[in-house]
Amino acid sequence: MHEMAICLSIIQIVEEKVHERSSSRVRSICLEMGALSHAAPEAIRFCFAAAATRTVAEGAALNIVELPGVAWCMSCSKSVEIARRGECCPCCGSYHLQVTAGEQIRVKELEID
Amino acid sequence: MCTVCGCHDGTPSTKRAEENDAESHERSIQGDRDCHSALPPGDRRPPPSNHADDSYNRCPRSANYQADNAQALPSGLDPPDLRGCGRSRKRLVEIERDILDKNNGLAANNRALFAADDLLVFNLLSSPGAGKTTLLVRAVSELKCSRWVGVIEGDQQTSNDARRIQAAGVPAVQINTGKNCHLDAAMIGEAYRRLPLLSGGILFIENVGNLICPAAFDLGEACKIVVFSITEGEDKPLKYPDVFAASSLMVINKIDLASALEFDLGKAIEYARRVNPKIDVIVVSARTGEGFAALYAWIDRQAGRLRRAFQDAGR
Repeated sequence: MHEMAICLSIIQIVEEKVHERSSSRVRSICLEMGALSHAAPEAIRFCFAAAATRTVAEGAALNIVELPGVAWCMSCSKSVEIARRGECCPCCGSYHLQVTAGEQIRVKELEID
Repeated sequence: MCTVCGCHDGTPSTKRAEENDAESHERSIQGDRDCHSALPPGDRRPPPSNHADDSYNRCPRSANYQADNAQALPSGLDPPDLRGCGRSRKRLVEIERDILDKNNGLAANNRALFAADDLLVFNLLSSPGAGKTTLLVRAVSELKCSRWVGVIEGDQQTSNDARRIQAAGVPAVQINTGKNCHLDAAMIGEAYRRLPLLSGGILFIENVGNLICPAAFDLGEACKIVVFSITEGEDKPLKYPDVFAASSLMVINKIDLASALEFDLGKAIEYARRVNPKIDVIVVSARTGEGFAALYAWIDRQAGRLRRAFQDAGR
């Protein structure tokens, strides 16, 4: 379950930032997750509480901003939104799509005391 | 977007952020002044090729990091709500850091190490039972005659696969991931130190049998190869698209069983190209050796491509 590895990475990033700022409490963590990233928001939420136990992030709210998947259609030369890989272009039905956005999982922002 | 200077993609400020993942923009929600802090850049020298050198563990910035334009704050962080917090010492710290940055940094270290050793590295992915190890045993047995070959084997438990590779006369290191479902770049860096020097050769990494998680982790390889057997059904690429999207080559294995199964090869290739229009396809039988000449020709083309990329980078 790689979502746990991802959550442990989130905690590591948070701990580094909290340590740099001599803080002791994290109130909330804002993540950006693309629709085409390698993890599901529900799975991240499920794993986060366990990963945060006995860390500075324990009890912190996890806010996830979900971003759309975007691809360039090589057939109709348009930028189109797709929800998942393997979908066709909503404009022309072609599968010749090159993903251009929506693959990221990123710690966007922390709210600390 | 930085709330202090308004910097975003394409601006000099974003460029600084790409150069240093420790940089972040911080603002105090109730404080009298905002600060716009930046730590000094980290040490990003490429690692030496000496396997024993501790500097190997340095973690340079991922090359593919890109700062995005600002997104709306989640409801819990709306500035109007926060302005009502009285004398709270709450601070917002903008980070914009990819969660896999650390792994990607270690993968970049691995890649630099492999380049210094003139090594072509492939990361093999598949579901359990697709025939990766049988394919590797045949491939390394034949490739070892013309160049150095090594293998890193990943499994949750047992050293069975490493023993099979070693029996073929090739050095192999086993990584047992325990409860983990994938190999990561740190594991590969550690395992690579335990292999003999393979200068000018090929390193195969056999990932844990899993068509989901390994796709997310760059190990520093030149290419990912997904191995897919005809007993799994034509629609595997649609069911597990991330792995097929991340791979440069799809090897369709067990073609010797085609007469016993109603497998539609054309449909399988079409489905794979729906998720990755650029994916190469080679059909093989690891049992009979059918298709292996095409596989070796593909490997030679990758070696040539990589060599040209190194030469271009060196100019």
